[in-house]
Amino acid sequence: MTDKITNIRVAGLGGMGALKATLILGELFFDMGYDVKKAEVHGMSQRGGSIFSDLRFGSRVLSPMIPSGKVDILVSMQPEWSDVHKADLAEGGRVVSPADIDMEKLENPKSLNVALLGVLSKIFPDIPEEKWLEHIRKNFSEKLYEGNLRAFKLGRGEL
Amino acid sequence: MLLRGGACFVQGNWEGHGKNFYKRFAKVGRHCICVLSMSYMERKLLSGNEAIALAALHSGCSLGVGYPGTPSTEILEEFSRLGGSAQWAPNEKVAAEVALGVAFGSGNALCTMKHVGFNVSQDLFFTAAYSGVNGGFVAVVADDPGMASSQNEQDTRSLARAGGLPLLEPSDSQEAYDFTRLAFELSRKFGSVFIIRTTTRIAHSSTVVSFDSSTAKPKPQGDFERNIPARVMVPAHARPAHVRLRARLEQIEKSADELFNFEYDSDDKSLGIIADGVAYMHAREAAPQAGFFKVGMANPLPVDRIVEFSKKYKRCVCVEEGDPYLNTLLLAAGANVEKRDEKWRFGEFNSDRAKAQIEGDLSYEPKVFKAKPPQLCKGCPHAFSFAAIKELGCIVAGDIGCYTLAAAKPLEAMDIQICMGASIGVGLGLRRVLPEEKARKVVSVIGDSTFMHSGLTGLVEAVYNKPPTGHVIIVVDNSTTAMTGQQDNPSTGAHLDSSPAKAVSIEEVAKAVGADNVAVFVPARQSAEFKEYLSARLAEDGVSLIILKQPCLLAAAKKLKAKKA
Repeated sequence: MTDKITNIRVAGLGGMGALKATLILGELFFDMGYDVKKAEVHGMSQRGGSIFSDLRFGSRVLSPMIPSGKVDILVSMQPEWSDVHKADLAEGGRVVSPADIDMEKLENPKSLNVALLGVLSKIFPDIPEEKWLEHIRKNFSEKLYEGNLRAFKLGRGEL
Repeated sequence: MLLRGGACFVQGNWEGHGKNFYKRFAKVGRHCICVLSMSYMERKLLSGNEAIALAALHSGCSLGVGYPGTPSTEILEEFSRLGGSAQWAPNEKVAAEVALGVAFGSGNALCTMKHVGFNVSQDLFFTAAYSGVNGGFVAVVADDPGMASSQNEQDTRSLARAGGLPLLEPSDSQEAYDFTRLAFELSRKFGSVFIIRTTTRIAHSSTVVSFDSSTAKPKPQGDFERNIPARVMVPAHARPAHVRLRARLEQIEKSADELFNFEYDSDDKSLGIIADGVAYMHAREAAPQAGFFKVGMANPLPVDRIVEFSKKYKRCVCVEEGDPYLNTLLLAAGANVEKRDEKWRFGEFNSDRAKAQIEGDLSYEPKVFKAKPPQLCKGCPHAFSFAAIKELGCIVAGDIGCYTLAAAKPLEAMDIQICMGASIGVGLGLRRVLPEEKARKVVSVIGDSTFMHSGLTGLVEAVYNKPPTGHVIIVVDNSTTAMTGQQDNPSTGAHLDSSPAKAVSIEEVAKAVGADNVAVFVPARQSAEFKEYLSARLAEDGVSLIILKQPCLLAAAKKLKAKKA
């Protein structure tokens, strides 16, 4: 592990599952042995308005919030509103968005968050797929898991 | 090992925040007691709120009580989920009263609220500081610098100091856990209420927490012994109690200072930083080479120690969110710190902002992202409620909740919103002063949970001091405390843990208090009937209370889910 901190921002609108996606990412990277900090805002700001949450991992993370211009990966769930965060991308930073998914094959729009995790999983080839699935499973009921599993596979381009 | 001021502290890897092992001792009275001794068996990624709930559980907390408020709400929900006994009170003052009763009865009470809720309960806290407690009383007050979800950004540190209440400030979830456990121990040992101040980025940030469940303590046995001079705060008893309070604070400063306040000296003596809460983390990231004095107990503040620290550095800066609390106290004490520019009082910190303050860059402006503002949910039945009110050209004294979003475009159907429950009193004041034609347009709009919180006394005022044109109070009843995440309240018929409760009927309350007219409508279906009824009541001189009852769609879905589970 190097001292480098990786910064992921998940941005979208309240109710899209951005916080859930960040939660899964946080638990995953924590499980992989990293120090993890995750920052988000609840309450009024969630009522359909713009939201974003920051996830940082590395050997030791101090501030839970990503400094300006240091976002390594932006997960832009609702590009019309969330692409504004591109202004915070670091040099060489990348964007993951619904454009990376064959949206016609997405069965349930509510699974977009997990489909985007599928896209993200290809960016971290060192983390085995089972680990991703383990943490997705933990965060959904058995009934919802199957649908989310297909969304994840779709995001990975395996469907 | 470090020995100083009557406290000793064994530190393993504090910097690693509990990665290995640490012990904390506090010398209380003549006895040196081990406050925490942990070998940290388990590690979890927890939000500050979850960490506080877990610590309360491990501290043998008898009862958690509070009123929902962002960013504090999840503490009691998590405490209940973990098996703790937790309940929502009608408001923060009642919550604090119940908590004090628990602590007078030798139990351990956890009381949670947001910063503005502390104002509501302050009456109790400022005198409970005098009386002290014989059990444990830990209050968590969550501030919202930058106002992500609040009407102001007041600073609880200044209030705690005014009230003589010890205040602890964690800088991450590990400290949220540790400080909560220590707060329960110290509260019992010193017989003092302890406040834990969190902010949005502590409450809702998740960081790694190490803990050992085997150190969990059982709930204390309830007991009560009569001690009238200590607990009946008439002037003759309160005068010596105030003197005792000040002596207690001095003792707490001596004994607990080194449990919470740390110096991290740097070889580079060009810059020293004094910081607390999450601002410490931002500042460490912004200036890793600096020497740090990390404040974990902001009241009582070890001013002399910090003055000494400051003199070792060429220049010192206080990095703190909110008021220049540390800065003002340290300047007054002659510390070598720079006076903070007023610019840094407003809003929330991050490491960029900390860097700008440290470098004295007054041109710094935070990046503001174009954002879609929050709004009433699609299909919210109460959009109909407001459409009718707007069509009648009402002057709307509003209140706090989802329905405050009716003030936003396109509805723009709310004219005033200040604090919980104020809609009724403010509406009555308007009715008193406006010319009759305008006075007849004034309505007060309040939610069900807010009505239970502090609308009841407003209704009594309306009946007692009825303005010549009467008044109309509209309760937008969505049968939940929606904005904070759909919590139950006294009128919903369920407890915090979803078990059934006797529901307080707003309709029956209004009738019993003496409102002249009480009516109930279902807004999505009876919008026209409601409008007609409202129009007639506005023309009369009586006190009318109209309940627009239709459940929040999100709460209904949540309840269905809970039922199935």
